[in-house]
Order: sequence, then structure tokens, then C-alpha cells
Amino acid sequence: MLGSYWESVTIFMGINCLMAVSLYIPMSAGLISLGQGGFMAIGAYLCAVLTKADVPFLPALAAGGCAAAIAGAVVGTPALRIRGIYVMILTLGFGEIVRVFFANFEPTGGASGMGGIRPLTTLWQVVAADGLALLLLWRIRHVRFGRAMIAIHEDDLAAETMGINLTRTKLLSFSLGALIAGIAGGFYAHQALFIDANQFDFSRSAIVFLYVILGGVANPFGPFVGAAIVTLLPEMLRFVQDWRMTVFGIALMVMAIWRPDGLLPAPRLRQR
Amino acid sequence: MFMQQLANGVMLGSTYALVAIGYTLIFGVLRLLHLAHGEVFMVGAFAGLQVVLLWHFGPLLALIGGLLGAAVVGVVIELVAFRPIRRRGNSHLAPIVSTIGAGLVLQEVMTKIFGAEQTAFPSNLQKQVYNLGVVAVTGSQLFILVTAAASMLILHQFVTRTRYGMAMRAAAENIQVASLLGINVDSVVLVTFAAASALAGIAGVLVGLNFNAISPFMGFDMGIKGMAVMVIGGLGSIYGAMAGGMVLGIAEVLSVAYLDSSLRDAFAFGLMILILIIRPQGLFRTGIGPER
Amino acid sequence: MTPILRVADVSRRFGGYLALKNVSCEIAPGHIHALIGPNGAGKTTLFNIISGTLRPTAGRIVFEDEDYAGRRPDTISVMGIARNFQQVRLVRGLSIVENVMIGCHARIERGMLGNLAAFFGAGGAEAAARSKARDMLDFVGLSHKLQTRPDELTLADQRRLEIARALASEPRLLLLDEPAAGMNPAELVEITALLRKIKSYGVTTLLVEHHMQLIMSIADSITVLSAGSVIADGPPSAIQHDPEVIAAYLGQSDEPALDP
Repeated sequence: MLGSYWESVTIFMGINCLMAVSLYIPMSAGLISLGQGGFMAIGAYLCAVLTKADVPFLPALAAGGCAAAIAGAVVGTPALRIRGIYVMILTLGFGEIVRVFFANFEPTGGASGMGGIRPLTTLWQVVAADGLALLLLWRIRHVRFGRAMIAIHEDDLAAETMGINLTRTKLLSFSLGALIAGIAGGFYAHQALFIDANQFDFSRSAIVFLYVILGGVANPFGPFVGAAIVTLLPEMLRFVQDWRMTVFGIALMVMAIWRPDGLLPAPRLRQR
Repeated sequence: MFMQQLANGVMLGSTYALVAIGYTLIFGVLRLLHLAHGEVFMVGAFAGLQVVLLWHFGPLLALIGGLLGAAVVGVVIELVAFRPIRRRGNSHLAPIVSTIGAGLVLQEVMTKIFGAEQTAFPSNLQKQVYNLGVVAVTGSQLFILVTAAASMLILHQFVTRTRYGMAMRAAAENIQVASLLGINVDSVVLVTFAAASALAGIAGVLVGLNFNAISPFMGFDMGIKGMAVMVIGGLGSIYGAMAGGMVLGIAEVLSVAYLDSSLRDAFAFGLMILILIIRPQGLFRTGIGPER
Repeated sequence: MTPILRVADVSRRFGGYLALKNVSCEIAPGHIHALIGPNGAGKTTLFNIISGTLRPTAGRIVFEDEDYAGRRPDTISVMGIARNFQQVRLVRGLSIVENVMIGCHARIERGMLGNLAAFFGAGGAEAAARSKARDMLDFVGLSHKLQTRPDELTLADQRRLEIARALASEPRLLLLDEPAAGMNPAELVEITALLRKIKSYGVTTLLVEHHMQLIMSIADSITVLSAGSVIADGPPSAIQHDPEVIAAYLGQSDEPALDP
């Protein structure tokens, strides 16, 4: 349908959208993770190892996601009763630990990485996953968990007073985000066909952060818009291609001053 | 042998301490995490390198070059990335976004200028070995120790004895009250950034001198370790940063000596996570606890 | 009749400062009980201890025979105690109905299937919560404002929204922190009527207030705090003429007279 180069770009864009969603969810509850790359890595490596052992793609993806979700719960637990800044540092540290781990873990290739991954990712799979993710974000306020996250984000003292269990909600949002990042990792591994620890380092986590900040932190389309812009821009502009990090860095600084909540505003609330 | 490792650890630890002090100074006054501080450290190292390369000056002048270069960059970051946000009021997200951005820009720009590979940092300090009792230290390690100690001493005097230092501490206590009391918060912030960045610049040159090589990516590693040290020592505590830096330096050196060397980098975070679980306020109580 | 809430010898220290000294009082079920006192008396501290936001340094607080000091706020809400906040704390990112639905949070069944169904628009629990929220909004008189965003409401309406939210959790004890603050006379009349309506449904209310007319006209019993201790406790008629109470208030020239 699309030329195979653009098909590849679209697939990577779809994967980036998933990563953006994976951060958007904990951020909706006020938890800022700078370590989504770590969860992505866990999902990528586990999924790749499983498919090499002839496990079918979908169950392997699910397994990668679940492993990442468990990691999310483990990392999330100390993050529960501590302030925002500590959560950021904690997740940053987690991302680094994962990177160091995979860089030294010989069974998955260590510093040389893991190659020869089967090209199992297709455009339709990624589109379907993104569709589900969009549906999730769209409908999240119709589930009490979604409203609880938003309430906690704005005022967790009041939220707790109204009967919301902060621990459970925060942990759930953190794990859910990690799960999605893990699945995105699985898709990534089977599209890039070669993975190493450096592909999931802090730059990855920082760019995912950019996707969400750019698109809009309070709008369900935000992560998709942000990921699309950041993925496509280097394709459109050679200059951006060569100076990616500088452009993204400047974008972040400009957004911080001009529109820290992102391009897309919170949606107008309809009432039924 | 063990004493030797301890000494090495103290050398390494002092560079961590210098960077961590910078983080903690800024956090103390602004309650913000300066996520580009590691890159400032890296710029300091390169600035020092330039002094050495261009003018063939010795380590002392390299230090000054690094210090100044870093301080200038630090102040620019304050003016460009922090101040406009402080003016705009309170998005808690904005400063984080801004500093990550500044860090990305600095890293890439330096990579384009100096190349992504490691660059040699020439120095003739390394050669001499001094024997102090049980322990043997090289000239450069001695230089590090002396410089770091001197820097921390100067900082201590500055913070406790000078007007600016006291203004900084007042602002760290309560920034609104400080401004009501007539303290020019903008200048205090500027001075804080300059001081923090200068220390990071010094650390950058010291690291360059000791390891004879620097790269644009060294900022990230030092940056997160500096943050980890800040958490270990206690957010906002200068002495905590010093102590935490030493603890980490010693732990890392010992881990390389007695455990698997590949674990070395993960040590910082392991320690940090441990502290977050057992004693979240860090080793030194400061009043800025992690609990909400 | 067993009191619905019993405060037993509660003290609270903040560093070197003793804000509450051996405070005891009881609230009878179905009453509107007011907590008054001059500024700095410790009303907010006591209120926060009763609502679970603060722990007492000493003493017990007992709700329907259960000592709940030190419990987490969300478990206290499940027990049947709900509160509002003096500075209205609404969730701006949610609609008015959704804000009230937060109040129903603990009452909505949790199961996975239920959540999944709600997700797709079906599912009884979610619909029941939404319907309950609308009932509560109707109860407080906000049905005609459903389309408005929470931060676009007037202060009086925001207060009502908070009360609706608190009521959505089906509390047996409602704690209200200065619900009438900043209201004009017309709004005061409305809020008085609302408080009576709440009482008629069997909900006990604890009210911290400064509006003496409101208190005297509506409270069944009053506890008066001054400088951290209870100086009077009883029906309005007794409090109005209590010399100690009058003396405590006369120390503050800007307090309204006790006669309504």
C-alpha cells in the first residue's frame, strides 16, 4: 500500500504513539516517569527471546507486556508516598539500571545486542494496537479508575478524602503504562530486527516525554499528535534529521515557556 | 590495599560531591530539579580542555577556564530556561520540560563541535606518584583532592559568611518570605546557578585531568549520579551532598575491586533506591522531606 | 442514645505548640452540631482530626463505636464520614456530574467485568453511579447547571457541588467546614434550607461556622472552643447566654454579636 520505506516509518510512528500513551497514563495521575525506555526494553527483549523459541507473536507480546507491568508495579511501589521529583529521579534511575543490565547480560547479547529477530510486526497490528489505545484514553473517564486518576492528579488529598485509594490507583496507572510500553517494545524489536541496550536509554525516555508534552497532557489525542509530529518532522526536514536532539530540545524549552500543557487543550466536557 | 581503594574512592567521591552540591543548591533555592546540570559539568570539562589546548596552560588555569565556562552556561540556562517560567507562574511540569530540553541541546551541540568520540585531555599531572604512608596517590589525584576540598571550603564560607550566601539560605528556607524581606530573589537565583555551575565545571576539569579523556556523553552519567547522590544525602543538604558523594565514590571503587566491575554504574541507583525505601529523607535531615 | 461521634480527651501538639487540650464532645445522631469559637481556638484542627486528615497526639475519636484515629482518609470515607473543604477543592478536569461521581467512588462495585462493561458504555454500576450523581445534584439544586464547567460556577454553587459530592458517598456523618463563608444573604437562606433538608434525610452534620445567625437558627447543639479547650457545650439557648462564651468572643471586636 504505502511504499515500504513509508510503511516502516508509519510502523515506527505507531510504536511511538504507543510509547506516548504509556507515559500519558501515569502522567494523568500525576506520576512523571522518565524511565519508560526501561519498560520498553523489558518488553522488547522478552518478546524477542520468546519468538526465537518459537512462541507465537501475540502471546510473546503479551508476555513482554506483563513482565513490564510487573516491573512497573515494583518500581511504582516506592513511588507511592513520595513527592513528584523523587518519582522522576527514581524512574530515571530505573531506566539506567535496565540499560546497564541488558548491556551486561550475555544471554541476550550483552553489549553487542541481539540480532536476527524475526520480522513479525505488521502495520495492521500496530494500527490495531493504537486504535485500542486511543479507545482506552477516550473512554477512560467512564471508568472510576480514570476519574480517580484525574482527581488524584489535581488534588490527591481531596481525592483520598473522597474514598479513593491512592496506592491502588497510582500503582495501577503506573503498571498499565508499563504494560503498554512493554508491548510497544515487543513491536519495536520485531520491526527493528536488532536491539541493544542503548536503544532504550534516557534519550528514548526523554523523547517519549516530548511526545506527551508536545501533544497535550490533558487530551486523549495528545500522545498521538505529539508522537506523529516528532516522528514525521525529521522525515520532512533534513535539517531536523541532522540536529534532531537540538530541535527537540528547543521544542521542549519553547513548549515549557509558551504552552507547558501541550498543543491540544483539554477537551470541552460534554454532559449527559 | 583496602586503604588504597578507600583513597581512590574519596577522590572519585569528591567529584560526585561537587556535582551533587550544585544540584542541591539549586533544589534548595528553587525546589526544582536542574536536569541539565550534568551537561553543564560536561561543558566545564570541554572549556577546561580548550584552555589547555589553545593556550597550553596548566591545570590550574584549566580549572579556571572550566569554572568560568560552566558558570556562564549555567547562568544562560537560568535566564533562558528557568526565569521565563518563573515569571509565568506555576506549572510544576514546565521547569522539568525546559531543563530536559536544555540538556538535549547542550549535548548535541557539543557533540557536533567536538565529535561524539572521547577526546583526550592532556595533562602532565598524572605522572608523579606520591607515597603517603600506606597509600599511593598520583599527582592528579592529589590535585583533585586539594581542589575539591578547597572548593567545598570556599563554598561553605560563602554560604555561611557572606551576604549572598545568607540570602541564598533565606531563599532556600522560604522564597516568598525572602522576597518580602527585601531580598532580590532574581539575583540570588543567578548567583546560585553561577555557584552550582562553577562547582560542576571544576568537577568536569578534575575528571578530565584524572581520566585523561572526556566526551559529550559524560554529562548524562554524571548528571544522574549527581541526582542519586543528592537523594542519598538528602535533598537540599549541602553536607548531605558531600557525604553522599563520598559514600558513592567509595562504594563504586570497592564494587569494582571486589565485585563485578560491570555493576559499577548501577551502584548509584541501587544505593539511591535503597535509601528511598529505608530512609527517604536521605542521610541528613533537612526538612525538605520526600513525603508529601 | 449512643452518640454517632465521640471525641474523647483529644489533644494535638504541633511541635512546641499545644493546639488542642483534652477536648471531649459528643454528637448525637441526626443532629446538626456546630463547632464555634474565636479565631485560633483550634476549630480547624479539631475538624481535621475528626475528618481523619490529622492524627491526634493523644485521645480517641470514635465513630459508631469504632475508634478510627490514624486511619487513612479513604477508609474513613468508606466508614461513612464525608467532608467538604473550606477552600473548595473541585476537580477542574472533570465535569460537574463526574465530580460528584467521584464521591460515589467507593460505592461502585469494582469487579473487572463491571469495569470492562462500563468502559464500553454498558454496565449497571457505572450507570447507577451517574444516576446517583444526578440525583445528588438535583438534591442540592444544581440540575440546571450540568453543562457548566466546575470553575465557571459561582462560589455558592461550587460549595453546593462539593456538598453533593460529599453526599454521594452516602455518609452518615457529614462534616462541613465553613460552608457559608463568603455568601450573600440570599445564598445564606438557600444554604440554611439545604442543611435542614440534609438533616431531614437522617444525615448527622458537624458544622464549623462563623455566621452566628446561621448557627443559632439551625444548630441542635453547639460546642464552643477557645484557646484549645472546650468552654461550653449544649443547645443554642444555653450557649447564647453563657458568660464565658461571651467573654471569649468579646476579646475579638470584629466578631458578630451572639444574638442573631
